[in-house]
Amino acid sequence: MLNVQHVAGGYSNEHILKDISFEVQKGELFGILGPNGSGKTTLLKMISGILPIVKGDIFISGKRLQEYNSKQLAQIVAVLSQHSSQSFSYTVKETVSLGRYAHQTGWFQTWEEKDEKIVQRVMKQTGITSLKNKAIQELSGGEKQRVFLAQALAQEPEILLLDEPTNHLDLSYQKELLDLLKNWTAETGLTVVSIFHDLNLAGLYCDRLLLLENGTININHIPNEVLREERIRDVYHTDIQKHPHPRVPAPQMVLIPNERQEKEIIQIDESLLRVTNEFIELKSPVPLRTMSSGVVGSGTGWHHTFVNRHVGKDYNCSDHRKEMATFLKANGFEPSETVGMMTAVFLKDVTCKHLEGNGFSLFVVVTAGVGNAIDASKSELHTFEQVPGTINTWIFVNGELTEEAFIQSIMTATEAKAKALHDLNIMDSVTGTIATGTSTDSILIAATQAGDRLEYAGTITNLGKLIGKAVYECTLEGIRKSQKRKVI
Amino acid sequence: MQRLSIQKFLNNKIAAYLLAGSFLLFSVLVGISIGTVSVPIFTIIEIIISKLFGSISMDQIDPMFSSIVLNIRLPRVILAGIVGASLAIAGAAFQGLLRNPLSDPYTLGVSSGASVGAVLTLFFQLSIPVIGSFTLPLLSILFSWATIFFVLAFARKIERSMRVETIILTGIIFSSFLGAFISLMIALTGDELRQIIGWLLGSVSMRGWEYIRIILPFFILGSIILILNAKELNAMSFGEERAHHLGVNVQKRKLIILTAGSILTGAAVAVSGTIGFVGLVIPHLSRLLWGPDHRHLLPLSILTGSGFLILADLISRTIISPTELPIGVITALIGAPVFALILLQRRRMERSG
Repeated sequence: MLNVQHVAGGYSNEHILKDISFEVQKGELFGILGPNGSGKTTLLKMISGILPIVKGDIFISGKRLQEYNSKQLAQIVAVLSQHSSQSFSYTVKETVSLGRYAHQTGWFQTWEEKDEKIVQRVMKQTGITSLKNKAIQELSGGEKQRVFLAQALAQEPEILLLDEPTNHLDLSYQKELLDLLKNWTAETGLTVVSIFHDLNLAGLYCDRLLLLENGTININHIPNEVLREERIRDVYHTDIQKHPHPRVPAPQMVLIPNERQEKEIIQIDESLLRVTNEFIELKSPVPLRTMSSGVVGSGTGWHHTFVNRHVGKDYNCSDHRKEMATFLKANGFEPSETVGMMTAVFLKDVTCKHLEGNGFSLFVVVTAGVGNAIDASKSELHTFEQVPGTINTWIFVNGELTEEAFIQSIMTATEAKAKALHDLNIMDSVTGTIATGTSTDSILIAATQAGDRLEYAGTITNLGKLIGKAVYECTLEGIRKSQKRKVI
Repeated sequence: MQRLSIQKFLNNKIAAYLLAGSFLLFSVLVGISIGTVSVPIFTIIEIIISKLFGSISMDQIDPMFSSIVLNIRLPRVILAGIVGASLAIAGAAFQGLLRNPLSDPYTLGVSSGASVGAVLTLFFQLSIPVIGSFTLPLLSILFSWATIFFVLAFARKIERSMRVETIILTGIIFSSFLGAFISLMIALTGDELRQIIGWLLGSVSMRGWEYIRIILPFFILGSIILILNAKELNAMSFGEERAHHLGVNVQKRKLIILTAGSILTGAAVAVSGTIGFVGLVIPHLSRLLWGPDHRHLLPLSILTGSGFLILADLISRTIISPTELPIGVITALIGAPVFALILLQRRRMERSG
């Protein structure tokens, strides 16, 4: 559809772009990225024929750009630029109707039924039908943007060039506009070439991205390849981190602000723990990076309150997440900042351990009961039944953990727990074999992310050794306590 | 709400043309009728019809009336009308093209350019063979054409974005410079002085049918070109880049529109001298009443522009009768405050975002 070959050019004598080559297929949503001054807008202006091509060639539908006359070009390529000046108060309808200019031929350039239909359609698609008699000077920035989008669409283009289309738009319209464009590319085969400032939006919606750096192509590839941490850091000269999108397979970049030099060193230990009959609570003075399987606050995140709540064995609720959130609120906790777990174990039987390592320390809190102990290797023999967790393990690390270390911590803790059950000879009542855990165990790893950086937490690393020891001992003690209670 | 219903009514295009047309008709009749000798409107109609069709005999009409109407008032009114129409449509086109509600042939300095051409013709008694009496408008047109391109090139040099104020400032600088040039030539003339000064102040009096013959072809040519480019003007008023994206061949159309504007201005200045502000006030008023769409704005500006200048001429020759005021005085008295008003309004709009 669009083929750019060895193009160089720019304003007057200065060549902003040097030797640019790329191709865009029909129906693609193609993003152009690059820091300020990298030549994005220049490139777009050359494709739309505003700036002369000094070297190289641009082919549109296989024909050289220069061979099109203005009207023919406008029938194929429409442009939505960043700024549009309006000196006179045309109505929205008049403005959109101008988009039909290129399709009207002959001396009298009559307005036909077809033109009217198209104008009505694009106004509907962009949601501006209700504004059609308003003067465009009265509109907000977002509304104006949609009016000019409608004008571009009224041209019935095959290629739509956009210069930061989401500028001036608030969040919902950004998403709406890009969803709309994405649909059109799929349904009508419209080709969209767009400049983006927002890397995340580009990564989310584009089929391919072109990254410009100082007027040359850094890379032209799928978003996941283009949006690499090191590459973006180099090109944009800023600290960022890549993160997967929670719902779709698209890369997302997050900025890392410059941290203040003096960082308060905090220590998570027994002094922060509070045990009541209803719940065990640990409040951290700063948010902790967490990975957990709690009822609320599960997955990864940042939380500063941790609650292990006692519920009766007969606790049954159709929406236990909502019920838990209500409980937390009622007790003065903010659910979005809290990791909450449930247990049927008596909270007085909580066991905890604080261990010092080399440059870091560890605080482990366990509540354990083995009422429904299960051998994981034979669990298929069990019927599924969700009852509140019986071994809840909290591991607080006063140190900085990598993502790997978080996951390895979970593995190490789980292995230690299984070993504790083994050593106590806890049996799975259904299979008659030694249990490895209970059916609804929960775990939390939380780290202060300050102090020494701990890369790994496998069983023989410094961190892993302490986790293994602490979890094993706490679990052992916790189970013994609850067994004692049963005997009595 | 009332404003809305008024607008809706005025938006009705047929009503717009009817209103503008009746305004013109009214101006023509009043312009012919009023003067030192008052001619009844019914008589005017009779004279014109009999002259046009020859069916009604002129016997029962006072020959003095028919002489006043046909030889003095009618040519004067028609000339004022054509000059007004030319300046108004040229102003509308300049405003649309430059996205600048303050531009008109006068503020852009084009009128001054045309004057230099005309003064040169009169000063050197130039007469190009074959075209004869058309030497005056042709040289005026040539000079106005050159002036507009100089002004625009200079404004672009100052500032690429060519803000409204920059263009106007440039126009004023060129106007002053060219004005000084004209003064110099006047100082150098001896006996031709009276003719040049009389002409310079802007007037449509004592010109007769001959001047109508001079301006008419240029008026028709310029107007037709502009009206055929109305759509392009609409697109251009969103900016040259936007127009390009919409499929307008910007460079070609711009050249055509500026040339047509120069033809209209040059011809008008050649027959009547520099009459300011018509091209500013009329398009602005028409846009306010009927919207900015050039397909209607241009013809409506022709109608209102000619009516306006006929009335302005009427005022200039009656207000301190028997002495005649230059017509430019009247248009400036109305136009300059309007100019100030538009400027204020723009500032307010920019400030409010």
